[in-house]
Amino acid sequence: MSAGVNAVRVARLAGIAAGTGLLSAGLLWVAVLLAALPGRAESLEISGYAGIEPRLFFHSPTFAGQIHDNISAVLQPEFYSEWNAGRDSVLFTPFARLDSADGRRTHLDVRELLYQRVAPDWELRAGIGKVFWGVAESEHLVDIINQTDAIEDVDGEDKLGQPMLNLALIRDWGTVDLFILPGFRERSFAGSGGRLRQSLVVDTNNSSYESSAGDRHVDYALRWSQSMAQWDIGLSHFYGTSRAPRFVLDTRRPGPPILIPRYDLIHRSALDLQATMDNWLWKLELIHESGQADSHVAWVGGFEYTLTGFAGTRADLGLLAEHLFDSRGHAGPNPFQNDLFAGLRLALNDVQSSEVLAGVIQDLRGDASLFSIEASRRLGDRWKLELEARLWSRVKQHDPFKAIARDDYIQFSVLRYF
Amino acid sequence: MIRLLLFTALLTGFVPEAPAQSALASAQESLRKIDQTDPGKRGLEIARVIDRRDTGWQDQSTSLVMILRNRQGQESRRDLRVKTLEVEADGDKSLTIFDTPRDVKGTAFLSYTHAIRADDQWLYLPALKRVKRITSSNKSGPFMGSEFAYEDLTSQEVEKYTYTWLRDEPLDGARTLVVERRPAYKYSGYTRQLVWVDVRMWRPVKVEYYDRKNSLLKTLRSTEFTRYLDRYWRPAKMSMINHQSGKSTELLWTNYRFRSGLGARDFDRNALKRAR
Repeated sequence: MSAGVNAVRVARLAGIAAGTGLLSAGLLWVAVLLAALPGRAESLEISGYAGIEPRLFFHSPTFAGQIHDNISAVLQPEFYSEWNAGRDSVLFTPFARLDSADGRRTHLDVRELLYQRVAPDWELRAGIGKVFWGVAESEHLVDIINQTDAIEDVDGEDKLGQPMLNLALIRDWGTVDLFILPGFRERSFAGSGGRLRQSLVVDTNNSSYESSAGDRHVDYALRWSQSMAQWDIGLSHFYGTSRAPRFVLDTRRPGPPILIPRYDLIHRSALDLQATMDNWLWKLELIHESGQADSHVAWVGGFEYTLTGFAGTRADLGLLAEHLFDSRGHAGPNPFQNDLFAGLRLALNDVQSSEVLAGVIQDLRGDASLFSIEASRRLGDRWKLELEARLWSRVKQHDPFKAIARDDYIQFSVLRYF
Repeated sequence: MIRLLLFTALLTGFVPEAPAQSALASAQESLRKIDQTDPGKRGLEIARVIDRRDTGWQDQSTSLVMILRNRQGQESRRDLRVKTLEVEADGDKSLTIFDTPRDVKGTAFLSYTHAIRADDQWLYLPALKRVKRITSSNKSGPFMGSEFAYEDLTSQEVEKYTYTWLRDEPLDGARTLVVERRPAYKYSGYTRQLVWVDVRMWRPVKVEYYDRKNSLLKTLRSTEFTRYLDRYWRPAKMSMINHQSGKSTELLWTNYRFRSGLGARDFDRNALKRAR
């Protein structure tokens, strides 16, 4: 298939999903890029998934306007093309969700629209991308490049695409990643009809920023990572707009009070470290953050111990424990200020790749517990069933989880991969 | 590949770049010079000849189809691509990329094997864009739900086992040497393996795996060999039968390519992240 056809096809498909100026600009750019390389693109690869996800809540809603249960449809195709024997490539991953209960959860995003160039000792990525940093399981503390798509799930693993220019320098002494991040993505929040939200709806149209450039502040990040024998280490620094907002109560306007997200400028230094010793994985993520608010440290660290061939079967059983700490304590915005996570991961190693991860995060002062179960199983070659359940218990009045304490739910996903 | 000690070459008298047409003659010569009296020594020497003769291919890329069959004969298929880099004085590096089932498409597995110390293994999870260093104590665990364990598929360094030559016997009309090998590394699922080595190719053509209770667990047959670069014999088909569960797995290898100029950079964590 020729590059021209690719470009038109990519542009047309992207046009359907387009919703922001950023997207259109990025798209135009990729179209130009592809068109400028006639006949070079070797193939267009299309894959992805579509699915239906009913989410059932155990209790009646806490706040007026919330709808009891919801059902979602989700679509995430992926378009990939490469040329120059894979040295150049473009990846486009739009995402769409349609939700029955919450207008805000119905959303479009460009997870990735990324050009990549690979050379022997460097790699360049430009466009909208997604980057993961970290080692821990219960919380992804160090991971900061992408904003959390918080309306997707409460686990913080779903991310919004981030505009970026990323140069990776690959040396014997490690990889240095330089990031220039133009354009800030606001965190997504549930709308009035949605569960799993604060008592007041977050007004994302009136977000305020410490930077006078608002959401156009250019952020920077630098990371060094290396693997040495059983050690995998990453050191990073980020300067820019905090991905986690503070909330300001706005009562000046007529009507019910609303919450305004306030995004500060922060400096954040971070370490992520894993030691892999036979059956033991020892993990630590540590951050120091300073900005307009008080500077603070936070960490998540612990282990995963794997029993291979558990109880004479083909299964692997993993035992996980992690300590979560935030120096801002109970007064701070982080619900995991001094908590213990304990979990079990069971992988049956069967043909269907059946897996279960069950865990609890327990506040060490005896307050809230968060229970979580994630399970998945493939059906045939192209279908997958997923189950996800989250339950809160003993949530006290002052706890950040208070507003969602009655939002225990179970979600089933039926996904079709193509 | 483990660099061979000088005395091995002296013992085996093996000439590395033997002309293709005299492969059989050279094999027989290798065989003749191997110590006939001590079964332990003879077993080790056979392993060294196998290793020695499979040295120098530099890098290898293949496509792999895995057919998993349960006791009822129901089939499940996986498509993978495997790239391997020969590493001198250490175990090989390999990068395995999953194409199907579609829900794991883009998942990739990077492995640095070592002779005795634990292998280094990383998994790339495309949904999260996460590179995860994983435990290497899973050697006995099933690979992708198949009847192949991780340890069956990693590079077979000489130091990974202790050897005893048992007997010479014909197998399907070919002359084979039967060697018993016992894993010297930790976390193996086997007490021992019996290996039938075809002396024409100096490749294992049949392996019996005995579990931790020393009962016969699995039998592997490798067939449809082709010689590449005039030297390196590779099977197109490997069939593993699990006698205890009645399940089986077939590996169908195609598109063998050698010496395509891959280097260490194609087997690092950056390469893992962008493996497609």
